[in-house]
Amino acid sequence: MNGTAPPRESARLLVLRIVVVVALVLGVNYVGWRWLASVNWANWWIAVPLVLAETYSVIDLGLFGMTMWRARRRGAPPPAPAGATVDVFITTYNESIELVMATAIGAQRIRYPHTTWILDDGDRPAMRAAAEAAGIGYLTRGKEWSDRPRHAKAGNLNNALLRTSGEFILVLDADMVPKPEILHRTLGYFADEKVAFVQTPQVFTNVTPADPLGGQAPLFYGPILEGKDGWNAAFFCGSNAVLRREALMQLGIAGYVGQTERRVAAGLRTASRILGRAARSVEPEAREVVRELEAAISVARRELATGVAIGELTYRLQRSVEATARTIVAGDLAQIEADLAAIGIPASELAEDAESVLASLSSGVLSPLHAVEAAYLAVRGIGVSDPGEAQAVQPLATISVTEDMATSMRLHSLGWKSVFHNETLALGLAAEDLDAMLTQRLRWAQGTMQVFLRENPLTVRGLRLPQRLMYFSTMWNYLSGFTTVVYITAPVLFLTLGVLPVDAFSADFFWRFIPFLIMNQLVFLVAARGLSTWRGQQYSFALFPVWIQACVTAAMNVLAGVPLNFAVTPKTRSATGGRALRRIRWQIIAAAVLLLATIVGIVRLFVLGAEPIGTGVNVIWVIYDFIALSVLIGAVRYRGFTASQEAT
Amino acid sequence: MTEVDIEPRSSDSAVLRPVGRLNLVTAPALRQSVSEQIGLGRVRLIVDLAEVAFMDSSGLGALIGALKSTRDAGGDLRIAAPGEQVAMVLALSNVDRILKPYPSVDAAATED
Repeated sequence: MNGTAPPRESARLLVLRIVVVVALVLGVNYVGWRWLASVNWANWWIAVPLVLAETYSVIDLGLFGMTMWRARRRGAPPPAPAGATVDVFITTYNESIELVMATAIGAQRIRYPHTTWILDDGDRPAMRAAAEAAGIGYLTRGKEWSDRPRHAKAGNLNNALLRTSGEFILVLDADMVPKPEILHRTLGYFADEKVAFVQTPQVFTNVTPADPLGGQAPLFYGPILEGKDGWNAAFFCGSNAVLRREALMQLGIAGYVGQTERRVAAGLRTASRILGRAARSVEPEAREVVRELEAAISVARRELATGVAIGELTYRLQRSVEATARTIVAGDLAQIEADLAAIGIPASELAEDAESVLASLSSGVLSPLHAVEAAYLAVRGIGVSDPGEAQAVQPLATISVTEDMATSMRLHSLGWKSVFHNETLALGLAAEDLDAMLTQRLRWAQGTMQVFLRENPLTVRGLRLPQRLMYFSTMWNYLSGFTTVVYITAPVLFLTLGVLPVDAFSADFFWRFIPFLIMNQLVFLVAARGLSTWRGQQYSFALFPVWIQACVTAAMNVLAGVPLNFAVTPKTRSATGGRALRRIRWQIIAAAVLLLATIVGIVRLFVLGAEPIGTGVNVIWVIYDFIALSVLIGAVRYRGFTASQEAT
Repeated sequence: MTEVDIEPRSSDSAVLRPVGRLNLVTAPALRQSVSEQIGLGRVRLIVDLAEVAFMDSSGLGALIGALKSTRDAGGDLRIAAPGEQVAMVLALSNVDRILKPYPSVDAAATED
């Protein structure tokens, strides 16, 4: 812990820790009793989801408490070293030239010596002209990227990394105008050789104090990141961060070596299997070819097993296969690829999709000659780099649309340290309408769940337990969409049909629940240090369809390859109206159902003599749900920052 | 100071000899030299590391990038005669599992 923390800070942390422990004890007391003594098993179909949802909430509180446990306020940064070389990257795709240039001019004014670069993924001549006129560097994708996956922002940054040479890199989004002292206030941390990156807050200038869209995230870029920082788990948030080039390159190299070994081993296995099947039914002339290919593959596999370098063995493999190639078909490589494409097997997927080739072979669709061609192509793809990628070494992770979190996790697992420096050093623009905000939230949620499914922080190697839980807690948050649905359904069922998920709303229930509820809110209050957390809590509840959509689409993407279809978050208002309402249709339906249920519940109370305490509890519960959902009314009516400024 | 000595050996091969540190500052010079040689049709390259006192991950990245470029152009890239620090970096990063460090330029040239 920070040994020089002032006494008041230590006292506050102690209070926070006590409050967290008490809240958790009460939470376990409540949930334990719920499971053991209060589940109404007759209505298990709603009772069990409800108690599961409540258990989720207590775990959520536990993770939040742990995040707060070692909250680290770093104070003044160490002084910046002399002579460090810095590249400032401004990433852009389709933002307006004025917006990007405003950021770039601001970056030029950074006092510490540096080079400013605009990374234009839109490849716009006007952008290039503006950059050159202002004496600012301009980078676009090289020709190695044509016909290859672009990997959005991660690809943009990876491309720039190979074209620059500064020791440190400051990453800025197109709208994030930096303050001149930004590098002086962050470079000092890198004196510790193990620090890989320094993250600073993202603060927005176009947000009113009421913040109807929940654009500012003062709890996240504040107590939460400080908490994660205390466990060395503060993650890179995509902008407003300085990264150490050596850390990124080391990460890229490590990834490259591992992936290459796996790809070569898999490619050899695939080619072997395809050949094995083809061999059985091929005509005599082709048998010689099959034997030669099999021999070459088996030599390669043996060499791989005995530790021969991949460069060496792939070189030998390709040379021996080249000789065979001339006897396979009269045509060339392009001819073979065209042949296979005509029957629906794209060459690029051969190495990975042995199953479909084998299936086609079995069903007779693929002739043995085609199988030999396919095996040949599969072998040709076995090399020192992935033929389907533009770059061999890809430092920033490309497994998720939120490349930043995945990259941080990998850096942490290699033993690097991160720093969260809580000082506003750049100012940007938040989404100005509901549509843009929802798109942005969906993207972050999808990206986080992609990381969860592809590189689960609970199981990847190299992380310490607190770091695992810190990453996991961000992912855990997004599961709340499902529990919110339960929290809406349960009171509706009681108020309309009298379905009771608990045995009784007895005194026991209140004695356990109310104190826990109060302590829960107290934890937020103490942790937030006076910042308002209410907007955040409202949106956490109200965006339940977004969280559910994110979980489902991320799962379909990772497990079944369904593309995500996300759009770059618009940085300017779009003139929409009915569209926004359509995007929150589930919340509107939920609100209508809740309202209806309340009316029915009250009717049942007075006319049918329903249980009064139960009705009272559920009506209060519904009112809470309403107030949370009501945040969307302000969001839909919000006409943007300038309009609300003019209104006051 | 960044220097990459170039010794053409034939119409399609050459030896590149970086001198000093092969790191984030000098890696672009190596990339550039490789690019030029490939442009001249010399796609079978040997990088003689004997004069390289220090290499970091950017240097490794330049070597791997060069390996990919030469292979894509139908050639090959080999590394030779790494010093102690360079050999250690190659081993720690496991890049020696990809690029075999040949003991000398001749050894790299004759093996086929």
